[in-house]
Amino acid sequence: MSATATNLGAAAPSDHGAGSSHGHDKTGTVIFGFWIFLMSDLIAFSLFLATYADAEWHGIANGPSPHELFSLGLPTIETMSLLISTFTFGICTLGMKYGASMERTIKWLVITLIFGAIFLGIELYEFHEFWSEGNTPQVSGFLTAYYSLVGLHGLHVTSGIIWGILLIVQMKTMGYSDLVKSRLMRLGLFWHMLDIVWIALFTKIYLMGVLS
Amino acid sequence: MSILGSLNWDDIFIVPWFKEPSTSTAIAAGAGGIVVLGALAVLVLLTVKGWWKPLYKEWITSLDHKKIGVIYIVLAAIMLIRGVLEAVVMRAQQVAPAPGFLSVEHHAELFSTHGTIMIFFVAMPLLIGLINVVMPLQIGARDMEFPFMNAISLWLSVGGAALVMASLVIGKFETGGWTAYPPYTGAQLSPNEGVDYWIWSLMLTGIGTTLSGINFAVTIYKQRAPGMTLMKMPIFAWTTLCTAILMIFAMMPLAVCSLMLALDRHAGFHFFTADAGGNMMNFANLFWLFGHPEVYILILPAFGVFSHVIPTFSGKKLYGYTSLVWATIAIAVLSFTVWVHHFFTMGQTAHLNAIFGIATITIGVPTGVKVYNWMLTMWRGKLRFSTAMLFSAGFMFTFVIGGITGVMLANPVISFAAHNSLFLVAHFHNMLIPGLLFGMFAGINYWFPLCFGFRLDEKWGVRSFWCWMIGFYLTFMPLYAIGLMGAPRRMAFFTDPAYMPWLIISMIGALTVLAGLTCQVIQMYVSVKNREDLMVPAGDPWDGRGLEWSLGCPVPEHDFTTIPHITSREPWVDAKASGLRVMEPTEFVDIELPKNTGMGFWVAMVATVGAFGMIFQMWWLAALCWVGMWVLVLVRSYNTDWEHHISAQELRADYERHKHVVETTPKVSLDDEFTSKNRGLIMDMEEAV
Repeated sequence: MSATATNLGAAAPSDHGAGSSHGHDKTGTVIFGFWIFLMSDLIAFSLFLATYADAEWHGIANGPSPHELFSLGLPTIETMSLLISTFTFGICTLGMKYGASMERTIKWLVITLIFGAIFLGIELYEFHEFWSEGNTPQVSGFLTAYYSLVGLHGLHVTSGIIWGILLIVQMKTMGYSDLVKSRLMRLGLFWHMLDIVWIALFTKIYLMGVLS
Repeated sequence: MSILGSLNWDDIFIVPWFKEPSTSTAIAAGAGGIVVLGALAVLVLLTVKGWWKPLYKEWITSLDHKKIGVIYIVLAAIMLIRGVLEAVVMRAQQVAPAPGFLSVEHHAELFSTHGTIMIFFVAMPLLIGLINVVMPLQIGARDMEFPFMNAISLWLSVGGAALVMASLVIGKFETGGWTAYPPYTGAQLSPNEGVDYWIWSLMLTGIGTTLSGINFAVTIYKQRAPGMTLMKMPIFAWTTLCTAILMIFAMMPLAVCSLMLALDRHAGFHFFTADAGGNMMNFANLFWLFGHPEVYILILPAFGVFSHVIPTFSGKKLYGYTSLVWATIAIAVLSFTVWVHHFFTMGQTAHLNAIFGIATITIGVPTGVKVYNWMLTMWRGKLRFSTAMLFSAGFMFTFVIGGITGVMLANPVISFAAHNSLFLVAHFHNMLIPGLLFGMFAGINYWFPLCFGFRLDEKWGVRSFWCWMIGFYLTFMPLYAIGLMGAPRRMAFFTDPAYMPWLIISMIGALTVLAGLTCQVIQMYVSVKNREDLMVPAGDPWDGRGLEWSLGCPVPEHDFTTIPHITSREPWVDAKASGLRVMEPTEFVDIELPKNTGMGFWVAMVATVGAFGMIFQMWWLAALCWVGMWVLVLVRSYNTDWEHHISAQELRADYERHKHVVETTPKVSLDDEFTSKNRGLIMDMEEAV
């Protein structure tokens, strides 16, 4: 943690609890706290995923099966755009770590958000397609679980995009400060977690669904 | 749909009584009336006394961990009164000639609110409040790591509790028990707002608790005084850490399953419905993935309290520190491996039941280790039976009995016969009343001076203990008996005359518990009235063993004038052994403390109004509040002036002042511990001889 903070140019690395409650590395601690929050968030995803795994087996009822519903084309493009966005976010935060200018950081953040928006657009398009064929979440337990799991992820991505836009505004208004940089670091962690979660979702829902 | 969603005149608490007068509706209207009158009385009192401003400036906006802890405990106290009164009404209902004076619906509402309140709005605020007050003082921290988030946690819990209270006045609470299993709680069978009250009040407090867990864990990992390695931490900090980790992992399943239930109810989804591929058993599964770790969230902090109260009042070091730490960790880990024992009869294979049964029984081992630790701590100690110590001793007796019935129920074969009976009800009350309430009462009696500077009255404290202890046995031992005779839980009335003598004893027990609660109210009143006699300014009234007793009572806002360097498990005992009565200062440095802010309060209140919108299907209100809440957070994120400064000189002056108090306070022997001679300075053994 302290390495991250040093590279942000925040507090000098000091041994934890060095006396005053603020004598230690505040940025590193906030990021540590955010990691713990992400663990909690990951529990939510895993429960929805477990529910999905049950519903795609037992919850078909009169609705379509995963095999009938899914194809791999669009989801693959969707996945690629999210993977690219996580790569560009990596460039963004790495650049920040090694002293990139604010303009450069914002540029890479904007590119990231655009790829995030593409991901989201494809997801919404797919929802729309299913929906217009009559495959709404009200049809079966399987569709309920599908829309909820993918929708939960989509809501996370949406809030990540809003968060990113707000951070661009904050960089412009509050300056390229350690505080805002620390927030960007946390958005980065959030974004990468969503990417990892999506890998699991893509594998379970689409790859295994089509194969089933 | 109208602008008021599903809200209509029949939801106002008096209307059902006008329409259909009966004892049952009269009681419901009376309860609603008490809430309204109580709220009015508080408003009038605040206005007449001119307390609005101090309440807002010094309490509502405070980010001080001690004040936040106190507000949590006050919340729990208010809700405890309601929970106990509901219990008494239910006991009375069952001794009244069948079918009793309550409608079946009303009785169901009572056991549902009783359970929900006792778990989420009594037990949780008690333990979170106590952790808030004590844990930072024990590890040498000046506040929680995230004080603003701490305030949000607090006010979200208050908001959740306010919704449960509101259900007495506007609309109804649900009738499906505190676990609210679908499909009974689905839209078809429970169409009114009751289940939504349950969902959204728990959502608020659940989010608050998750944030508390993150706060506690990070504080313990990052804020310990220099030299305090994990294995030098006080046991209460250890149990807090394990509880915090459980909160981080276990609160989410509750949020997830209640959110799914909400989607089923209002969006026509099929997570738990009986048709269209829903799987209602998954609700029980997800709920207990939260629910079982929750049991240990409740019980571990109490174990921590006992691990401090018993050594203090035995005048001995805690026996087997290391084994206690490992037992705590073992319980925390095992707590995630036993949830299936809550639904042995749901239809999974016998093999699975066997595995979970064995895992459940295994938890008895580390718990047993702890009981032996406490017993051996008391062994050959010089015991002083303060209120806190009595509650601890009462806990040990009673908890072991509950543990034994727990091991019985852990056997799936017995569980098949005894599940859903009053035997089970007796079992979990037997765990939670001693294991949680007695622990919290002990902790409050023990640590109270840290917050307010004076001790609590011992005479009324001891009376409250005996009422609670005897009341517990009278109430629940009969329920074990009729449970084994076959009495199911959650029945509005019984017609079998064989149960009646037992139910009458149980009723007397409930009244005894009520007397215990009354004694505690009197204890508080008497203590505040006699506070001058009970003041302990020197700060160490019980010859305590932890750092928290080195700071003076009440503890100053900044807690520590200098952060001590820790070299042993009991630095305060070592300091006293070397003749010091004030911890030696290290160096005085300027510090920053969080500035007061009302933002945490307002964020949570907006969220509460939004939750109310969700309950009565005023979607516009919910959406507005959702956006409003995040706008407030955004506004707060622009604020960088969040700390106020305390200079080294001020800290030095404060240290000198405390030192002066200690030097001028007369020492008393332990014989005078509970008299007004005790000003917070106990003489050591040699002096006493």
